[in-house]
Amino acid sequence: MELFTNQVLSGIATGAIYACMALAVVMIYEAIDHLNFAQGEMAMFSTFIAWQFMQWGVPYWGAFIIAVVLSLFAGIAIERVLFRPLGHASILVHIAGFIALFAIINSVAGLIWDFTIKPFPTPFGSTPLLGGVISSHQAGMIAVTLVLLGLLYLFFRFTRIGLAMRAAATMPESARLVGVNVGWMIALGWGLAAAIGAIAGIMIAPVIFLEPNMMGGVLLYGFVGAVLGGLSSPAGAVAGGFMVGVLENLAGTYIPGVGNELKLPIALAMIVAVLVFKPNGLFGRVQVQRV
Amino acid sequence: MSTAHDTAAEIAAARAAAAKPALTIPIVASIVTLALLIVVPLFIKNFYVFQLTIIMVYAIAILSLNILTGASGQFSLGHSAFFAVGAYACGIMMEHANIPYPLAIPIAGLICFVIGFLFGFPALRLKGVYLALATFALAVAAPPLFKLGTFEHWTGGVQGLLVTKPDAPFGISLSQDRYVYYLTLFIALIIYWLSVNLLNSRSGRALKAIRDNEIAASSMGVDLALYKTLAFGISAGFTGVAGALGAITVAFVAPDAYTVNFAISLFLGMVIGGVGWLPGSLAGAAFIVLVPNLAEGVSKGLSGAVFGVFIIAMIFLLPNGARQLAYYCYAQLKKLAR
Repeated sequence: MELFTNQVLSGIATGAIYACMALAVVMIYEAIDHLNFAQGEMAMFSTFIAWQFMQWGVPYWGAFIIAVVLSLFAGIAIERVLFRPLGHASILVHIAGFIALFAIINSVAGLIWDFTIKPFPTPFGSTPLLGGVISSHQAGMIAVTLVLLGLLYLFFRFTRIGLAMRAAATMPESARLVGVNVGWMIALGWGLAAAIGAIAGIMIAPVIFLEPNMMGGVLLYGFVGAVLGGLSSPAGAVAGGFMVGVLENLAGTYIPGVGNELKLPIALAMIVAVLVFKPNGLFGRVQVQRV
Repeated sequence: MSTAHDTAAEIAAARAAAAKPALTIPIVASIVTLALLIVVPLFIKNFYVFQLTIIMVYAIAILSLNILTGASGQFSLGHSAFFAVGAYACGIMMEHANIPYPLAIPIAGLICFVIGFLFGFPALRLKGVYLALATFALAVAAPPLFKLGTFEHWTGGVQGLLVTKPDAPFGISLSQDRYVYYLTLFIALIIYWLSVNLLNSRSGRALKAIRDNEIAASSMGVDLALYKTLAFGISAGFTGVAGALGAITVAFVAPDAYTVNFAISLFLGMVIGGVGWLPGSLAGAAFIVLVPNLAEGVSKGLSGAVFGVFIIAMIFLLPNGARQLAYYCYAQLKKLAR
């Protein structure tokens, strides 16, 4: 039983990483209605920017804020420069654009900061808690994720601009008719997603270390978490992220023959199984199509 | 995405083409391309023949992706897995069971057809991103499964599996590389011919109807489940054949060759070639094989960035891929002819 609780707890600790990323994934999904494959790389780049400012002597929280704000604007800029001109091209073309963005950001970050692994500081310290299963940084990360989730909820639920963003995402035509500037709402969605991605990156970096390829696996888990929880529900995505962490750990511990190699395929298989029964994720809205 | 109107136009165009089999520009273009594909390898170095073979193999894989996405509107990021299954099936049959390659290649395709068909069933319940994720899971799961110790005797585990490159039969004096190239070209032509006929048949129209509007299609009496799973199966089967040919070409099967990145580049090839336009598969394949090399040549450190810029340039200039270019040239030539 102790093994079980320990595994669940450490699953939650890794799940926090995925939850953080899943939140960013949901954000972009709300804005553009599909997944951004370059999101992990954008988050990685933001994390490098925070690191660079810290190297230049800016204190942690200063660098944090600079990176998040810069990411917000960079996200908006990417939407304006790259994806707005593509406009109504098919989704498949947009995905090709994401792949291109992925390659560019990854390669440029590699050129500027090279591919060596760098440690990243944490404001929460790294004292082991609960007998060593979870570190104080991981606890801090979980707290940050939950606070972020709360803020997002308040933003979407109680501010005019949040309402406008939701309207623009669900029914662009009708939103335009009531005077919402849909184009800018999408750009803002990109900006917010980039900013949340920056926070996620900065939180994750102390655990998995900083390097240009750090986000590959994390983004995948983020997608999985978000899809499992339901792409239309931020809280569901966070719950999904934690669940993926726990599932993955339990599969690694209790299913014989599952080493580190097979953890991910097993977790994915479970999620596909869930999706077959709940095609819109566990907490997602059911899509109804008008004929 | 295409609309019902497009489909109607396609059918009308196909009928018109069938009605008068005159020497139209597209037919001339296909004949010239085919002639080039047959003649050129005789005069170039073995290494380039090898690269051309790889392009051809990828073209088959992209073509099968086109059948799935372009015709039935389903989306897959997992075709690297079917490619891997085809490659391993062929390699294992040739090396462990001594089955000759002319038999091993179609059996590999058949195995992939069955797997793809079965995978089509859970995929039926999923749409859009969810289907993308499920197929993605397939792509992620494939390499570690092939590396697994349990199957090491057959798959060679992490080390991979060496495959014997076949010699030309009947004493024809062709180098191995050239022979494999012509074999690939021959199979690619068969698959192309089958695919064109499939898409112009009753089943092809059913698939396009599903792509354009599922509800309308089902109320017209199209069996959604059957056709969608069938599309998955056929697409996976052709990809399996491509995988088998790939294994023979490279003479080696290794799990790390079939990662998610490969699935993504196949997808990219499809978009660059033009979704749903079968001849575009060749252009897309050429892009994903040649452009990364080209980018490496431009700048070693920034090769990823250069590749990305190339992709962006492509989708900005030609959002409908090589298809758009071909149609543009066609229109210009027609003007000239007048």
